[in-house]
Amino acid sequence: MTTTPIRGLGHPVKRKEDPRFIRGKGTYVDDVKLPGMLYLDIVRSPYAHARIKRIDTSKALAMPGVVDVITGAELEKAGLAWMPTLMSDRQMVLPTERVVYYAQEVAAVVATDRYTAADAVLAVEVEYEPLTPVLDPFKALEPGAPLVRPDREQKTNHIWHWEAGDKEKTDRIFQEAEVVVSQDLYIPRIHVCSIETCGCVVNYDRAIDKLTIWMTSQAPHAHRTVFSLVSGIPEHKIRIISPDIGGGFGGKVPVYPGYVIATYAALKLGKPIKWIEDRSENLQADSFARDYHIHAELAATRDGKIRAMRVHTVADHGAFDAAANPSKFPAGLFSVCTGSYDMEAAHVAVDGVYTNKPPGGVAYRCSFRVTEAVHTIERMVDVLADELGMDPAEIRFKNFIRPEQFPYKSPTGWEYDSGNYPATLQKALDAIGYQELRREQAERRARGELMGIGISTFTEIVGAGPSHTFDILGIKMFDSAEIRVHPTGSAIVRIGVQTQGQGHETTFAQIVAEELGLPVENILVEHGDTDTAPYGLGTYASRSTPVAGAATAVAARKIREKARLIAAHLLEVSPDDLEWRDYAFRVKGSPDRFKTMQEIAFAAYTNFPLGLEGGLEAVCYYDPPNMTFPFGAYVCVVDIDRGTGQVKVREFLAVDDCGTIINPMIVEGQIHGGLTMGLAPALFEEIVYDDNGTMLTGTFMDYLLPTAVETPHWKTDKTVTPSPHHPLGAKGVGESPTIGAPPAIVNAVVDALSHLGVRHIDIPITPAKLYQLLVEKGVAE
Amino acid sequence: MIPGPFSYRRATSIEEAIALLQQYGGDAKVLSGGQSLIPMMKFRLAEPAVIVDINRVPGLDTIEERNGLLSIGGLVRETTLERSPLIRQRYPIIADTAEVIADPLVRNLATVGGNLAHGDPANDHPATMLALRAEVVARGPSGERVISIDDFFVDTFTTALAPDEILTEIRVPAPPPRSGGAYMKFERKVGDYAVAAAAAFLALDEARKIVRAGIGLTNVSYKPLRAEAAENALLGQAPSDELFRAAAELAAQAADPTSDLRGPAEYKRAVARTMTFRALQKALSRAQAA
Repeated sequence: MTTTPIRGLGHPVKRKEDPRFIRGKGTYVDDVKLPGMLYLDIVRSPYAHARIKRIDTSKALAMPGVVDVITGAELEKAGLAWMPTLMSDRQMVLPTERVVYYAQEVAAVVATDRYTAADAVLAVEVEYEPLTPVLDPFKALEPGAPLVRPDREQKTNHIWHWEAGDKEKTDRIFQEAEVVVSQDLYIPRIHVCSIETCGCVVNYDRAIDKLTIWMTSQAPHAHRTVFSLVSGIPEHKIRIISPDIGGGFGGKVPVYPGYVIATYAALKLGKPIKWIEDRSENLQADSFARDYHIHAELAATRDGKIRAMRVHTVADHGAFDAAANPSKFPAGLFSVCTGSYDMEAAHVAVDGVYTNKPPGGVAYRCSFRVTEAVHTIERMVDVLADELGMDPAEIRFKNFIRPEQFPYKSPTGWEYDSGNYPATLQKALDAIGYQELRREQAERRARGELMGIGISTFTEIVGAGPSHTFDILGIKMFDSAEIRVHPTGSAIVRIGVQTQGQGHETTFAQIVAEELGLPVENILVEHGDTDTAPYGLGTYASRSTPVAGAATAVAARKIREKARLIAAHLLEVSPDDLEWRDYAFRVKGSPDRFKTMQEIAFAAYTNFPLGLEGGLEAVCYYDPPNMTFPFGAYVCVVDIDRGTGQVKVREFLAVDDCGTIINPMIVEGQIHGGLTMGLAPALFEEIVYDDNGTMLTGTFMDYLLPTAVETPHWKTDKTVTPSPHHPLGAKGVGESPTIGAPPAIVNAVVDALSHLGVRHIDIPITPAKLYQLLVEKGVAE
Repeated sequence: MIPGPFSYRRATSIEEAIALLQQYGGDAKVLSGGQSLIPMMKFRLAEPAVIVDINRVPGLDTIEERNGLLSIGGLVRETTLERSPLIRQRYPIIADTAEVIADPLVRNLATVGGNLAHGDPANDHPATMLALRAEVVARGPSGERVISIDDFFVDTFTTALAPDEILTEIRVPAPPPRSGGAYMKFERKVGDYAVAAAAAFLALDEARKIVRAGIGLTNVSYKPLRAEAAENALLGQAPSDELFRAAAELAAQAADPTSDLRGPAEYKRAVARTMTFRALQKALSRAQAA
């Protein structure tokens, strides 16, 4: 019997993947080097909107080392000038007539080395006729606005209109409501900024007629299917390997033109092709996130009970609708914007609009527009509290969905699985000393100092998703796991999701360790190679644990059921006489008579009962019955420097509830990272364009990511309310802090100025923006 | 992020470096720390045909006090400066400045000489050196000359250095009794250039009146700025918050910033005022402790 500890659920197991990363031994796409490999670089548009009059490739082609220059005209002949997006739109791979956003791909150069390729990009001569760009989505909707997409049948910049909830009932409540508040909120365009940019290495092996693509993909299987559909190459002849990934955050779900061009070049030239974006290309042309112009209203009673919510949003999608939402949800899960609050009705409408900006928007560390939804409701609750002169904590307690209301049917149709919102907020308020902070704030205000306390009590919706509702390009959003236990009691687990830093190799091993009673270090987790891993939709939207984690648990339980038969055979008892307890099958009433999984595994190959198949393995494709709904209560305390407008986050406490916790250390790490990624848009990040549509934030000098210096000390705590429908009770956590943190910070800043009549400030709250407000309110130093 | 083609020449003596600069003229750029030059080359904002690397030139990396002057070699790295006990004890304003330049990785390579010779009004040392009334020593084909810091900065990215001259040394007057200086920088995030920053240096007489005042401003004009009117307003006065506020206002008026992503011009002027005021307060507390 093994004496090695199992270390299943709840153990802070050190991440198995870290030793190779810490030693610099990870394998990222740019580490893949093949003999004879050529380098691809991309010519990009200096205009946001222009007609291409002429492309002259002769000077570039004449340069020593330049192998090929590929244009849209050539791709058009191959039927590849356009590609489908995941949202049933189409997107230019390379343009044949016009460019529709700044830094759009215009042509591609292939050369024998990276440096020659970069020089050749400058030698490709492109003559443009600049056209008027459409940058403001509201102006894009005006009659006579220049058309971003004349290729479409519909001669308008309007893409789609989408609604959820009960309009009639909502309007009726608003008409009769005692109190109505309304607010415009803009959630600006931001970028995921994964440390590793996008890129691929493509190799077409003529000998075995197989295309292999190493690619920074969050969804390698889905990408294989897309590649097969676009290229006509049979799916079994395509292998996508997603090696170590330096962050995804939603930005590695879409297929980018560079992937298609590199694949075309590899097939055409018969040589391996490497294409790796540089940082500016990544910032300028890859999918953005957010960019929602929101008008929100709440109807309430005079004593602060919210009755209804009404939201209309204009969504700027750039030049192509290349979001990565489930098919039926063009605005993602934005309709979860009623949040943690019980109300009678809600109506949400979203209009998607084309502009001359890069396409998107992806779900940046957010389960499909939930960041936008949470920001809306968490700000609006504070706006209402301000209108009524109520404390932001008090108004939340008054409106929370009560614990006994779960499962709770929301006014926009979601069924919240479980929650205990008052307990979580109370825990946060007690821990931070809320009443004491309010006293301190009053004293400081009397001295002219600006201090604010902000609360966010968000509800997430993750784990897409049930097959009746969720698909991407028709593929249902199940996920998968395949477990094989070896004769000596170690095991390999292959999963359909793809880690980008979340720690799958550790947490999924812990799930199997827990379910099978095998030590965690004896379990190897593999993923990311479409030739070996089972089909899955990938990792984003906090879906790995809710969906693939469930698949892993269910597959392990299938193995355990077979193991029961083998144990019964070994112990010469009926399977019904056995119970699984303390990581072994034990004879009921005689717990000293038992067989461990290690013993059973050996017997599965050496001494299994007649009539039973040998081996010990199982597969599960898990179709979740519902989404999971993690939640949390965050409290933020800020001080404002009246001489510079700088916001200093003095204290931040995050109390998260993500249901059952598999690895508390990884959960805490996820929360720290997520909070920092929530701090960023609240105070720093924004993609900015000038009047010509030129991006002004194409480097990390101007696109501001907070560093450790700007990041406050995060305090974390938890409550545990398991999901009733997930096999482990787990809910997923990666995105909660990213969506929960921004409104907590903004609410704190607004709270610091609320006595001056400030009710809302759009993010990012930069020092310059805040200082202007201090000047207007007469409190600037 | 790939630079254009260039050739690389490594000089092993100052004479060799100057000869190379003479040979290539305007096509050549001197490489010291390279922390501004190389990023500019990667963005192809600078495309010098020849790089003359002076990193192996001996004798340019010392920090010492002699004859009532602090001498900083042109190749002294920011990290060396910020860790130097002499600098930390006797010239804390210079340590303040070095500490807020970019990030530790940059400071390990970046040099004080490069920070000045680049002529970027966003760089941090120029304001401090203006406040300290430093001198710059340049070596060229006809030998050495000493340039007053007030004459050194000519325009954006342009200094008084001739194309075949190399900045070899910075000289700073040793601090008089009852003096102190401070550098206060406001940046959007660590590693950023200043929204605005101010260097202030004060010396008091025995009656605790201000006898010397230096104020330099970062990134609020086309070149590093010395706020002379503000300095003059301080001279002969007893230090007070009220006086410092008036001086900071004069410094802000001298600023002529441009609007960009760091904020509108008016905001930068306000930050220059706040930073000047706070730098003066800190300079005073150091002068009083001295």
